Amino acid sequence: MEVLELARWQFGITTVYHFLMVPLTIGLSILVAGMQTAWVRTGNERYLKMTKFWGKLLLVNFAMGVVTGIVQEFQFGMNWSAYSRFVGDVFGAPLAMEGLVAFFVESTFLGLWIFGWDRLPKRVHLACAWAFSLATVASAYFILAANSWMQHPVGVEFVDGRPTMNSIWAVLTNNTALAAIPHTIAGTFSVAAAFLVGIAGWRLARRRGEDEHREVWRSSLRLGAWVGVVAFAGLVISGDAQGKLMFEQQPMKMAAAEALCHTEQPASFSVLAVGDVADAQCEDVKTFTVPALLSFLAHNDFTTEVKGIEDLVGEYQAAYGTNYPDDPALGELAGQPIDYVPNLPVTYWGFRIMIGFGALSAGIGVLALWLTRRGRIPGSKWFPRMVLGGIATPFIANSAGWIFTEMGRQPFVVVPNPTGVDGVWMFTAQAVSRVSAGEVWTSLIALTTIYAALGVVEVFLLRKYVRGGIEGVMPPKKPQGDDDADQGSGDDALAFAY
Amino acid sequence: MDLPTIWFCVIAAFWLGYLFLEGFDFGVGMLMPVLGRDNTERRVMINTIGPVWDGNEVWLIVAAGATFAAFPAWYASLFSAAYLPLLLVLLALIGRGVAFEYRGKVDTDHWRRTWDVVIVLGSWIPPLGVGLLLATTVLGLPLDVDGNRVGSAFEAFRWDTLLGAAAVVGFSLVHGATFLALKTSGDLRARARTLALRLLPFALLPLFAFVALVQWRHGSLWTAGLVAVAMLAGPVAWLRLRADRDGQAFAALGVVIAAAAVVLFGALYPNVLPSTLDAANSLTVANASSSPYTLTVMTWVAAFGAPAVLIYQGWTYWVFRKRISTQHIPKVHVPR
Repeated sequence: MEVLELARWQFGITTVYHFLMVPLTIGLSILVAGMQTAWVRTGNERYLKMTKFWGKLLLVNFAMGVVTGIVQEFQFGMNWSAYSRFVGDVFGAPLAMEGLVAFFVESTFLGLWIFGWDRLPKRVHLACAWAFSLATVASAYFILAANSWMQHPVGVEFVDGRPTMNSIWAVLTNNTALAAIPHTIAGTFSVAAAFLVGIAGWRLARRRGEDEHREVWRSSLRLGAWVGVVAFAGLVISGDAQGKLMFEQQPMKMAAAEALCHTEQPASFSVLAVGDVADAQCEDVKTFTVPALLSFLAHNDFTTEVKGIEDLVGEYQAAYGTNYPDDPALGELAGQPIDYVPNLPVTYWGFRIMIGFGALSAGIGVLALWLTRRGRIPGSKWFPRMVLGGIATPFIANSAGWIFTEMGRQPFVVVPNPTGVDGVWMFTAQAVSRVSAGEVWTSLIALTTIYAALGVVEVFLLRKYVRGGIEGVMPPKKPQGDDDADQGSGDDALAFAY
Repeated sequence: MDLPTIWFCVIAAFWLGYLFLEGFDFGVGMLMPVLGRDNTERRVMINTIGPVWDGNEVWLIVAAGATFAAFPAWYASLFSAAYLPLLLVLLALIGRGVAFEYRGKVDTDHWRRTWDVVIVLGSWIPPLGVGLLLATTVLGLPLDVDGNRVGSAFEAFRWDTLLGAAAVVGFSLVHGATFLALKTSGDLRARARTLALRLLPFALLPLFAFVALVQWRHGSLWTAGLVAVAMLAGPVAWLRLRADRDGQAFAALGVVIAAAAVVLFGALYPNVLPSTLDAANSLTVANASSSPYTLTVMTWVAAFGAPAVLIYQGWTYWVFRKRISTQHIPKVHVPR
């Protein structure tokens, strides 16, 4: 079943890559819209400089986010056609809504914002910034509703061998989605926050005192640090809510997050493990635990029973069979035993990396706030290194979180809902297209190569613009700040041209 | 009309919007090495579509998303069966989108020349691939009873689908040249207009040939009328261009592509993806569509969403309606 493995790698690589650009785009576009609002309201030049500088970095990143997103829209049909046929009735709707409601707004108003500096009245131009930044949130909402349906299918009945949607309202207000959305949006703010803190902190420390734009960097750093701290609080609260849902809806993922072999009551939370967490002999793994904490995380109660992997495997085998169906479409897997346990090292360490790096990112934000209190600029050579390194931490936490979420639901692509309708679930092995391995190899290699090359270019450009500072993004002759559009002789140069 | 038929029309409309709007985007990129004699002229060309190309491209995304929602079986079969042409389109669109944004970010000739190559490739390949995909949709693929492709990875490449690819490429060239005549002024405009006049009689031939082929194989009486409309609107475009009426010529080309698209989808109906192996395996509006509930929900979304899109995209074109020329292009301003 080579196609299955290749298609899973391809989806993983393209999605993780896409989600490097996405959180920075969402978080930063809202912060830039906020900066521009501050400029329009106060007229303070500092906020205009912030808007221009961070806006330029936003655009460099936005381009990559857009083009890597295009692939996702088609990949379901290309590599996962059996899945697409099975779930299209319900899964296609949020995707189409995302396109109609969010992508159009995003792309159109971004164009207006980039090119409209001297063409649109100030307030209309500001409204364009808000339109595209809020559309990025809207698109996150729709795609998370679609993804959450795969984790916890609701709003459907089972007709003629397929889930058929009977309530769009249930799909769009899936409790899994309502928990995933704040968590993801908080994650995007933590990325944008670390980006601001890292770059502004580096610029502050690099040219202590002599940079005429020092106030721009100070404001950016303080803004970023506060946003990061608040975002982390949001991450903790929404993450806790997600954990409680996971305990009820996807107990196997909960057990896999902890590599919890045997049912425990009360269950202790494993902080770190030494040894192979995937070892069948759980007793051989030494883990450092906090007693009863997992029970509390699962159900707000220190005595709750949390089911272990061994018991859950038995339950799944009873409900969904011990072997894959004897269907030629399953290739080598036809008739083989089903492995209901996700990849434990990935889920166990993914969960810890997510939490650890998320906390690290917030810690750097707190430290930066303390070190820059009351107009101070830290002189330590460690400060710029710390904040620059800090840029990576929320990216790592986001990727780890998504890898945990997605790999934790294997072997299912549509996870059975314990309180849902019979039949609405699907094994990943059944979802893949009947295409040749050569085709998937071709697309996997081509996409990975192009993504890698473009990733290098993006980082190069971001570095260049960061080093260029304010002078690099503000042309010497500033555009007119008048409220009237379209003045002048018609021969004036455009405020911006590609 | 029943809901699946309405959604068939909606998807046809998204494809039409895509062909019309990205047709000139692609044409501008394809003609960049031909019409852009120096860097400033090339920048003028790119900036005629600068604020709008991204919004135009979303029409393709939404055509795909709407197909997924309304006809999951069509979405699944077409994109997995025509895997390689679609992959080519995606790779080209990735490069092109990034190239527009990154080309002006570094001030060296080497940097610009590299991205120019990406823009040119990224403008030639997608119309080829999109033409191939659309031709495949109308003319069919060897599908088995489950909607999976029988045969090799190259089933989508046939002489008749390649004619469809040439049709979209030819149309994009003419459409782009006419758009440049409409959106620029001065020397560049004069050359774009001359080129459009020379290209038009030849570049639309593959489109007419393909439409005629589809009409001959699958057409009906009413689509024959639209074939005639498409073929008449071509010469009208040429005459209006010669009379120095760029806008009218551009509109006439819009009529060409609209009539052609309606012929293609009209001839396809009630199929959505015919099987060339056995007519019983063909995906149809009836057997490939989503449930009535899903279609009802989507109809409400589209009924409010689509007019809004037309309004604000129209407003964008209005905001950036002015012709541009070399004196409007600002100096390159990049860090150091």
